[in-house]
Amino acid sequence: MARMNMIQAINSALDVLMDRDPDIVVMGEDVGYFGGVFRATAGLQAKYGKTRVFDTPISELGIIGVAVGMGAYGLRPVPEIQFADYIYPAFDQLVSEAARLRYRSAGEFTAPITVRSPFGGGIFGGQTHSQSPEGIFTHVSGLKTVIPSTPYDAKGLLIAAIEDNDPVIFFEPKRIYNGPFSGHYDRPAKNWSQHPDGEVPEDYYRIELGKARVVRRGADLTILAYGTMVHVAAGVIEEQGIDAELIDLRTLLPLDIETIEESVKKTGRCMVIHEATRTSGFGAELSALVQERCFYHLEAPVERVTGYDTPYPHSLEWAYFPGPVRIGEAIKKIMKD
Amino acid sequence: MSTRPNLPPLRLHVPEPKYRPGDEADFGDIAIPAAGATPRPAVDAAPAAFHDLAYGLVRVLDDDGRAIGPWDPKLSPDTLRGILRAMAKTRAFDERMYRAQRQGKTSFYMKCTGEEAIACAQAYALHRDDMCFPSYRQQGLLIARDWPLIDMMNQIYSNKGDRLGGKQLPIMYSTREGSFFSISGNLATQLPQAVGWAMASAIKGDTRIASTWCGEGSTAEGDFHSACTFASVYRAPVILNVVNNQWAISSYSGFAGAEATTFAARAIGYGIAGLRVDGNDALAVYAATEWAAERARTNQGPTLIEFFTYRAEGHSTSDDPSAYRSAQEREKWPLGDPISRLKQHLIGLGEWDEERQAAMDLDVANEVKAAQKESEKNGILGHGMHQPMSTMFYDVFETLPWHLEEQKQDMLAEAKAAGIETS
Ligand SMILES: Cc1ncc(C[n+]2csc(CCOP(=O)(O)OP(=O)(O)O)c2C)c(N)n1
Repeated sequence: MARMNMIQAINSALDVLMDRDPDIVVMGEDVGYFGGVFRATAGLQAKYGKTRVFDTPISELGIIGVAVGMGAYGLRPVPEIQFADYIYPAFDQLVSEAARLRYRSAGEFTAPITVRSPFGGGIFGGQTHSQSPEGIFTHVSGLKTVIPSTPYDAKGLLIAAIEDNDPVIFFEPKRIYNGPFSGHYDRPAKNWSQHPDGEVPEDYYRIELGKARVVRRGADLTILAYGTMVHVAAGVIEEQGIDAELIDLRTLLPLDIETIEESVKKTGRCMVIHEATRTSGFGAELSALVQERCFYHLEAPVERVTGYDTPYPHSLEWAYFPGPVRIGEAIKKIMKD
Repeated sequence: MSTRPNLPPLRLHVPEPKYRPGDEADFGDIAIPAAGATPRPAVDAAPAAFHDLAYGLVRVLDDDGRAIGPWDPKLSPDTLRGILRAMAKTRAFDERMYRAQRQGKTSFYMKCTGEEAIACAQAYALHRDDMCFPSYRQQGLLIARDWPLIDMMNQIYSNKGDRLGGKQLPIMYSTREGSFFSISGNLATQLPQAVGWAMASAIKGDTRIASTWCGEGSTAEGDFHSACTFASVYRAPVILNVVNNQWAISSYSGFAGAEATTFAARAIGYGIAGLRVDGNDALAVYAATEWAAERARTNQGPTLIEFFTYRAEGHSTSDDPSAYRSAQEREKWPLGDPISRLKQHLIGLGEWDEERQAAMDLDVANEVKAAQKESEKNGILGHGMHQPMSTMFYDVFETLPWHLEEQKQDMLAEAKAAGIETS
């Protein structure tokens, strides 16, 4: 065991796997010599060489297109998109190619690629360093979408994602790279070194995709969250002293429906929290699933606390972000019914 | 808006093809260098040396069908006959499958008439295990590699024998064994993928190279730019082929930039070797491909080849070219027909004659017909269900996740309730 922040855990996952599997290659803008703008790939080029860890031209389309071709050859590429906000130039290659290659070739060709990308807000990133585009990808059949919320999970899930034979979008909540975030932006930031989930095994382990983590057991309300919002929700639960069950989804697709269903049937109330904009966001899918499956157990309408349907603002970040105030009010509302 | 009286008003240029329906086509002004006139550089020549080749035209066969100049690949008569036969078979296949679509046996088809030399001669110049990332108009690759016609037809009919389980639109073939990458409907996406495959081959110290094709219209996609950039940066062992057949559905090549430059000339800016080749000259096609393959195989990097040709027929079975171009263009096209030109060459060598040609034509027609009959035993599109309904859920992922399993069960239950056969 070692103390790691999320960046170190991701780095460790790549290191452990690259050591085991010579077919893994890491590529992206600034990932090589420099080790990535967030340092997630630091030291890997020195250790594994320039043909396994390399810088690419600034072309997201090219990065993913090339990765799909490498996957078809038999490699296991782990491309990085510097910010999730810049994944759109590669959208066609992800949606039309990576996601469909297995299907359209009836399994002859596959795209075993894992696209790592920092996502989410809370860092004054403005419009193009804050977005949460996960709902766009969960809508695409053939892609898996994974979002860790702790260093321990980040490593175990990334290992599982890279070993998975399907294309995986791996969004890393950059707000919590260094430490958990309660949503109280005016309080001193904590570091992962003070958190139990900052304990990370140095060698190989994996966390199966499609399995949620029950962060906290509770009887009165089920809160579904992922990424940074897991920590924000945990903070509010504690502050309000309510007996909520908090579920960190970890994998959005495939989703751990059993854990969700079991919890909501027990609590009778469900709240979904995400940073992404509301309309057609992943919360809509969660809300619909809960409604379909737990209808007779629900004591209140499913509540969604999300980003507003606007581009991510700069100066009004804390009014936009679904922080403790907004979640707190929503909890009061859902518990009243 | 500012209208300063001392400045002329700006004007937008919108390209227009020279000939529209009803017009008399005349290609007299197209510069066609004489066969043999274009030099053949060493395979390790620096990219900067390709200016003349990128604006010229590599040609081997002259108007009388003689092979001349430094690009003559000096193929054996057997190889020449093999390429000729592959081209004839491709044309016969196209004719028959086009008709099958017209007869309602399938939903869609695309011919490559007039462009057969490109895929067929290239298949001969590449190794059998070099990976091809084709567009939808390189069926000649499979045919020249003697891929079973029945298998191709099964795919076109989406029938019981279709290895792709009826999941893909007709002609979007895929065969790993045939080193033929799964065709996508999205134009140009295969270009960066081919570069990636070639990079992977280089990363692993393999000896195989990749080759990819797109139409001139598709070069306007961002994928083309990304592919050229990555190919150049990593000196990927890849051949990037642009099939300039003058038309992208109804849009003439001017809309992809052809008024201002050649497609081969794009290579210069990327620092890639660029060749412009007579696409209806099977020998030039072979020679240029062999040259580019050797360049790639010896770690000299990528080559961009523009094949100058003409799309002799409609874009697809859904297209009517008489609505946008002169009906005579096909006859007036100065580079002729690839099959006639190779045939003439072989006859000139004393290695072929009209009777053998007629016999070959009959033979390939029969081969195609027999394959069609055999394939139709597996069914044709629309006549009953050829795959169990549940198979639509497989291969989305390696294993079926719960939500797909649930949707599958729902579908089967609904079908059962409605009395619908499900397999
Ligand atoms: C991304 C994308 N845009 C548009 C289309 C529709 N489309 C199919 S073929 C075609 C024309 C392509 O022309 P070109 O690249 O010159 O190839 P050719 O058909 O002449 O062989 C178009 C616009 C498509 N398939 N994919």
